[in-house]
Amino acid sequence: MQTVKMVITGPFSSGKTEFIQSVSEIDVVSTERKISSDAERVKEDTTVAMDFGRITVDDDLVLYLFGTPGQRRFDFMWEILSEGMLGFIVLVDSVRPETFREAKHILEVFKAYANTPYVVAANKQDLPDAWSPDDVRIALKIEKSVKVLGCVARDKETVKEVLLELLYSILENMQAEE
Amino acid sequence: MALKGNLRDFSTTQLLNLVNLAHKTGKLSLDGQSQNALLYFKEGRLIHASTDADEGHLAAMLFKVGRLTQEQVNTVNSQGSSSDRVMGKYLMDARLVSRDDIVQGVKDYMLEIVYDLFSWNDGTFHFEQDILPAKDRITVPLNLDNVILEGSRRIQEADRLQDELPDLATIALKITDKPLRDVKLTQDDWRVISHIHPRNSVKQIAQNNNMDEFQIRKIVYGMMQAGIVELIRP
Repeated sequence: MQTVKMVITGPFSSGKTEFIQSVSEIDVVSTERKISSDAERVKEDTTVAMDFGRITVDDDLVLYLFGTPGQRRFDFMWEILSEGMLGFIVLVDSVRPETFREAKHILEVFKAYANTPYVVAANKQDLPDAWSPDDVRIALKIEKSVKVLGCVARDKETVKEVLLELLYSILENMQAEE
Repeated sequence: MALKGNLRDFSTTQLLNLVNLAHKTGKLSLDGQSQNALLYFKEGRLIHASTDADEGHLAAMLFKVGRLTQEQVNTVNSQGSSSDRVMGKYLMDARLVSRDDIVQGVKDYMLEIVYDLFSWNDGTFHFEQDILPAKDRITVPLNLDNVILEGSRRIQEADRLQDELPDLATIALKITDKPLRDVKLTQDDWRVISHIHPRNSVKQIAQNNNMDEFQIRKIVYGMMQAGIVELIRP
């Protein structure tokens, strides 16, 4: 059986935990804590170490999803979580352009960890003020060869589409290396 | 789909770059600390600009850029028409200005407003898709590449540039496929372009041209936003 490790990363409150929760077949192993900082109180809880989820695609393929903590003070976990990853997803909060710079920074950091495929998921597309995936691409200066996909983290179908796109890129990459 | 945000997080340069690259049509409202501005775009080109100070009517525009006197403005306004097209025809019939004067005057007025926006570091923006100015307004299409280049040259805040281009010693430049034919590059821009090579860091390019870090950052940032160059990171 083949296992594929994917890392789901992105700025604080971009929807990483929800993204994993909506598709994982096991209860997500989550390390959420109450938020102590007033400045970051846009939600109640935040991931402090990682989230872990699993999806069995078929008898031969299992995806392991690792979600990174969004707050900068836990960024020491990023490199640890990136070990052995075959691809990563950068989740962008499409309604908070103030987090785009952080998203770009995270993307560059993960690119530097490993030369693996990645996709950008423009989350919260169900909200009226969401920037479109095309606009997010320009705002983050994402190369044309990289997919930028719209998604809604609590909508299992759109999450599956994002995961599948990354999976295809990973499989292409593996075939090219063989 | 609306675009909303704050200029603290997404600058005027980045906004215009987005409109330019995505060939957007619509209205961009900017609410600054002391002034508000309205810009209209059609397929990625700036076609009209106004501020809440004078609402962008033709007589006010031409007065502001020195093509009409206050007395002439008063005469025009006494005609009672609020349509810029009617006003333009009256001005030409009265031989106060030519058609070229109107086009150039509107253009100068728009540029004056939009260049000023590059110095706004705070304020909210809101882009509404597919909204165009009223039909009676006179519009002049302007290529945003040149506006972005010139606007970036006017940025005076070293911090913002430092943020965009942090370590000049480790980044190099690559020229994109964008045609340079319609872009107005200055002598300094060309001097920088002539030294672009994957082995030359931006810092080396600056040294070769006797430019300080602020100067080179302004030039590189402007060319980046106009899509002329890309960064090569280590």
